Amino acid sequence: MFNRSATLSVRNIGHHAVDIVWRLGYASRFFALTVASSGATFRRLQLLIRELYFTGVLSLIIILVSGLFVGMVLGLQGYHTLQTYGSESALGVLVALSLVRELGPVVAALLFASRAGSAMTAEIGLMKATEQLAAMEMMAVDPIARVVAPRFWAGVISMPLLAALFSAMGIFGGYLVGVVLIGVDEGSFWSQMQAAVDFRNDIMNGVIKSFVFGVAVTWISLFEGYDATPTAEGVSGATTRTVVTSSLAILGLDFLLTSFMFRGL
Amino acid sequence: MERSTLDLWVGLFVCAGIGALLVLAMKVGNMTTGGIGGESYTVYANFDNIGGLKPRAAVKSAGVVVGRVTSLGFDNERFNARVVLSIDGAFKFPKDTTASILTSGLLGEQYIGLEAGGDPANLADGDSIKLTQSAVVLEKLISQFLYSKAAEGDTVKK
Amino acid sequence: MPPVAQEPLIQISDVTFAYDRRPILTGINMVIPKGKVVAIMGVSGSGKTTLLRLMSGVVKPTRGEVRVAGALVSELGRDSLYQMRRRMGMLFQFGALFTDLSVFDNVAFQMREHTELPERMIRDLVMMKLHAVGLRGAHRLMPSELSGGMARRVALARAIALDPMLMMYDEPFTGLDPISLGVIANLIRRLNDALGATSIVVTHDVQEALDIVDYVYYLSDGRMVAHGTPEDMRASTDPLVRQFVYGEPDGPVPFQYPARDFAQDLKLTH
Repeated sequence: MFNRSATLSVRNIGHHAVDIVWRLGYASRFFALTVASSGATFRRLQLLIRELYFTGVLSLIIILVSGLFVGMVLGLQGYHTLQTYGSESALGVLVALSLVRELGPVVAALLFASRAGSAMTAEIGLMKATEQLAAMEMMAVDPIARVVAPRFWAGVISMPLLAALFSAMGIFGGYLVGVVLIGVDEGSFWSQMQAAVDFRNDIMNGVIKSFVFGVAVTWISLFEGYDATPTAEGVSGATTRTVVTSSLAILGLDFLLTSFMFRGL
Repeated sequence: MERSTLDLWVGLFVCAGIGALLVLAMKVGNMTTGGIGGESYTVYANFDNIGGLKPRAAVKSAGVVVGRVTSLGFDNERFNARVVLSIDGAFKFPKDTTASILTSGLLGEQYIGLEAGGDPANLADGDSIKLTQSAVVLEKLISQFLYSKAAEGDTVKK
Repeated sequence: MPPVAQEPLIQISDVTFAYDRRPILTGINMVIPKGKVVAIMGVSGSGKTTLLRLMSGVVKPTRGEVRVAGALVSELGRDSLYQMRRRMGMLFQFGALFTDLSVFDNVAFQMREHTELPERMIRDLVMMKLHAVGLRGAHRLMPSELSGGMARRVALARAIALDPMLMMYDEPFTGLDPISLGVIANLIRRLNDALGATSIVVTHDVQEALDIVDYVYYLSDGRMVAHGTPEDMRASTDPLVRQFVYGEPDGPVPFQYPARDFAQDLKLTH
């Protein structure tokens, strides 16, 4: 009896492992196909512009508002902590470094995953469920080239821009609270920031991070949509999985990238 | 959505994004002293103790940033620290310049201060600074202070 | 077997198809002559749609061969398969209109993707196609603003956009009111004759289909059990066909899903 249930659970583990490997392989093949059939995206810019509008422009509001609030909170909390050590002039450094290195890319990517990523999954899943993708295939138009690739590149292009906007907005929020509201010296706020933030080590690394997050989030969103079970439950399940998987991927990748980038600092 | 409004919005979005990156680079970061553009020359300096000096720390003279620390290493022959400095080509220093490791404020970042001497010849690329002054180690200062106090106490008793 | 002894457009010989090890189609033989409207009928789950997917090259047969216009579909590479599909039109069960494009753009989709026609000519062509289905006035609407019957007609206009040689209809009558149903059935026949195309209608709406088609193939459980002209089908004595054509609730296709003895399920006996 025990023997049988043990065999069964081992077999279960095996089944799940095979499943995961198979899905990973399928996702990689999907990624390779997407990149390989990106020609049309750049030959017909109108396709890309349309998707940039849906992924980038429509995510602007949430990114800008969140950025402002995150920066304001950083300004407030940072001031109270730094004040204890009498170094409130370093507020600019604190706000700028936390935003540019970590919070900008990470929080913008998390917001992007739940705003644009889930929308992409739902849209493509629905197109699959209503046979629109099959119809396209029947009209001799490759859905990966026509539907998936433009969305992929729109996501990859939008993400670094959104992260930069988030950071800039956050620094402005920190400035508002720190300098305008609390009255930290404006000169030392900016000059200490400029002395401590390095273009290559901090800003470029942040941009690289957000680029990687953009690739990961868009890839996950598109794959989940493309792979969704073509029913209402299937699509809603895929949308949830997009947000969960993307968020985990962002945080995991962030740890990896940070440990590579800022090892020597 | 009309095609032209779509184009307009996307155009605005891309411009704003690139603008934000530029603002970050110019206003927040120190792109000007990042070693991009502007020629610089390399000089070496050996210190007995560099304390908490880090790569990319500032090199200042009279309070003005004139360069950055490129790298830190250990000199196997002289058993002390070898620091590589990258100095902006616009600034010339005499050969007998003194380099010392200083601290901004009591607990702040450490940096290298350069004090010009009187030699008519200037430091060139690849030269070494001979006159150096090590970092002040707080523990040593305190123990020195305590010993001298103790010595004072002894003299008073006698 | 076929009513006209002319070179057939589609020839299916001894085709077997299985998903994993579950057989969907077994030993199918079919001939579809040029210019005819042919119905493939059968109850739900009898493998009708799979037959369409085999003809369009979406899936490959496990055994046997499918020939469309002389070419062996399973041997075609991706490019020649796409080349072949440009000459096929397919109407999906619920239309499958692109929800992010207007009626006009839906119909213009293939022309824009596959041809270099100037926008003026595309406009004229789209208007002609929409006029053929009676919806020229609706070209500005979005698919979400259309009724089920209108959406089906727009999808039909989209399917004939490039004047296909073969039209495939996957359950074109499902979920339509009687008027729309009559309109679609009429359009299928008229467009086939006007375009000089060949049409395959997969359906289980017997009466409408029998009125418009030239020949009927009847599938049951993945096997071809009967075929003939609509008159043959109506006059058939085969109990399976009779039950289907006249919509009898019980017969060779049982009303009850296979189950244990009823009395045993109610725990009346041991």
